Amino acid sequence: MNLGRRLLISVPYGWLVVLFLIPFLIVFKISLSDYAISIPPYTPTLDTSEGWSGFAAYWSKLDFENFVFLAEDSLYIKAYLSSFKIATIATFLTLLVGFPFAYAIANAPEEWRPSLLLLVILPFWTSFLIRVYALIGILSNEGFLNQFLMWTGVISEPLVIMNTNAAVYIGIVYTYLPFMVLPIYSTLEKLDGSLLEAAQDLGCTRISAFWSVTVHLAKPGVIAGCFLVFIPALGEFVIPSLLGGSRTLMIGKVLWEEFFSNRDWPVASAVAIILLLVLIIPIVLFQRNEQKQREQNK
Amino acid sequence: MKLLTSLSTIALCAAVQSASAEEVRIYNWSDYIDEELLEKFQAETGIDLIYDVFDSNEVLETKLLAGSSGYDVVVPTGTFLERQIQAGVFQKLDLSQLSNHGNVWDLIAARTAQYDPENAYSVNYMWGTTGLGVNLKKVAEVLGDDAPINSLDLVFNPANMEKLAECGVYMLDAPTEMIPAALAYLGEDPNSHDPDVLAKAEGVLAPIAPYVAKFNSSEYINALANGDICVAFGWSGDILQARDRAAEAENGVEIAYNAPSEGALMWFDQMAVPADAPNPEGAHKFINFILDAQNMAAASNYVYYANGNLAAQEFLVEDVIGDLAIYPDAATLEKLYTVTAYPPRVQRTVTRMWTKIKSGT
Repeated sequence: MNLGRRLLISVPYGWLVVLFLIPFLIVFKISLSDYAISIPPYTPTLDTSEGWSGFAAYWSKLDFENFVFLAEDSLYIKAYLSSFKIATIATFLTLLVGFPFAYAIANAPEEWRPSLLLLVILPFWTSFLIRVYALIGILSNEGFLNQFLMWTGVISEPLVIMNTNAAVYIGIVYTYLPFMVLPIYSTLEKLDGSLLEAAQDLGCTRISAFWSVTVHLAKPGVIAGCFLVFIPALGEFVIPSLLGGSRTLMIGKVLWEEFFSNRDWPVASAVAIILLLVLIIPIVLFQRNEQKQREQNK
Repeated sequence: MKLLTSLSTIALCAAVQSASAEEVRIYNWSDYIDEELLEKFQAETGIDLIYDVFDSNEVLETKLLAGSSGYDVVVPTGTFLERQIQAGVFQKLDLSQLSNHGNVWDLIAARTAQYDPENAYSVNYMWGTTGLGVNLKKVAEVLGDDAPINSLDLVFNPANMEKLAECGVYMLDAPTEMIPAALAYLGEDPNSHDPDVLAKAEGVLAPIAPYVAKFNSSEYINALANGDICVAFGWSGDILQARDRAAEAENGVEIAYNAPSEGALMWFDQMAVPADAPNPEGAHKFINFILDAQNMAAASNYVYYANGNLAAQEFLVEDVIGDLAIYPDAATLEKLYTVTAYPPRVQRTVTRMWTKIKSGT
């Protein structure tokens, strides 16, 4: 391999090391320390003036106490599980809404597709925060949705949507929809229409042809879309705190409270480390499994 | 939304560069000054003023504890200031550089001394109370004309809250405000740090929590002004702002603020100089400028909060000095209580209790 190529490849690795690995190690280091009233608010801090003995003293004070603490209080495990549940349901709902979107765009006349795609991406031109705020205006008790429904006579009492989990689901589905639509669209767009004809020629009904051909071939896009929605939804903080109620328990909020209310940077770091592990381990296992299957198919 | 702006300001704090000699950097609460004063300061001193704002004590504290915030003057609330002094965040004020220090109102200084002994590190900027904001019409509809709108019974009695839940109640998402209030309701010492006494607050707050539409420390201004909710337990000036916004919108919403008759929490926002301030001299010039009676009065006339400056009182407009919600009479002043910072272990217990109250887990 020549030097130029090595340099080129080292750029993304360098990026990951500087902007992911090193910050991760710093957070991990803080998670092993203890809370203190000082600047910065944890102890011990490394004293480089003492040389090796200072480093040894520093090292001996680090421990896994904070992780033990997280295991002892049921709050954290409940918050992880509740986040997991909310993210799973929200991802499923986004898929339910996103798949027909992608399917419709992929089957639209070719000259329409760029404009339709543009419409999917268009909301990104508005700040995420403003879009979530706009949902407050729509979903609140005196909001547009309730006013409209009461005006049409569908309901006589305003629906309570704001500050419930339903509002969180609506918020996640709405804001993450493009992440689901785009990868599914890109797989469906490449779909060879003659495969469907072949399936029907060989005796499939239209529905079973759709299942065994379209859905099957769209699987990589569906999986990519689900990951793109599920991962940020799991650690979501903005949507549950703006749209959710006080009973919406999510790990993002717990993390905020540890960091800001308790000022306990070490415990907050431990919460963040575990969240990262919870996310990374299943993804790595999943990719291994995929790779194995691919190799078997060869 | 406080939490969000706080997140973005944390991201930006790394970008704050060290100030050069002719700059002074101020970090104060949002909507908390008459901006004409900032121009006046620059015109009088020739110093470039960089004025940034925050909207929660937690965000300010995180920046201060991370170190090298780059600010010359910051304005934390007393309980936070107390802990920050312990952490070594601030430098002592040099009174020889504060020629207007004589304007300080001794009554307020006596109370702030419990956070900052001898007021060595800070000077009061403004102060206020925590109490009940009520949509008069809606509450009367639900609870009748004799609703206890100036009593904690309004929000801490489950029978009242069950009915009020129909029209919406917001409470501060701040255990350091709500737990003392619950203790005051029980007749306990609101400033107790005793875990057994604190646990009693849970007995008051847990039964009413299901009826609270939202625990949040900023959204109630809009929600109250729009008529989305009928009761908010919040900060005096914020509720007065909601009152004024509703009056300006002429939407038929009439808001009133009352400090609870059982006693209300009195809080103080204090000007202080970080130990690593790039321009401590400029910081003192700014504090001295604010301590000027006319300047301080101009700020209060603009934001509707009381200040800790006795000499400023003759320059206050009647709307401010004459409003008992801003400047309470002597009898109410007697009933206002103050609280001090919880030690770390107690703080953790309190936060955990608060999460349990709010989420049931």
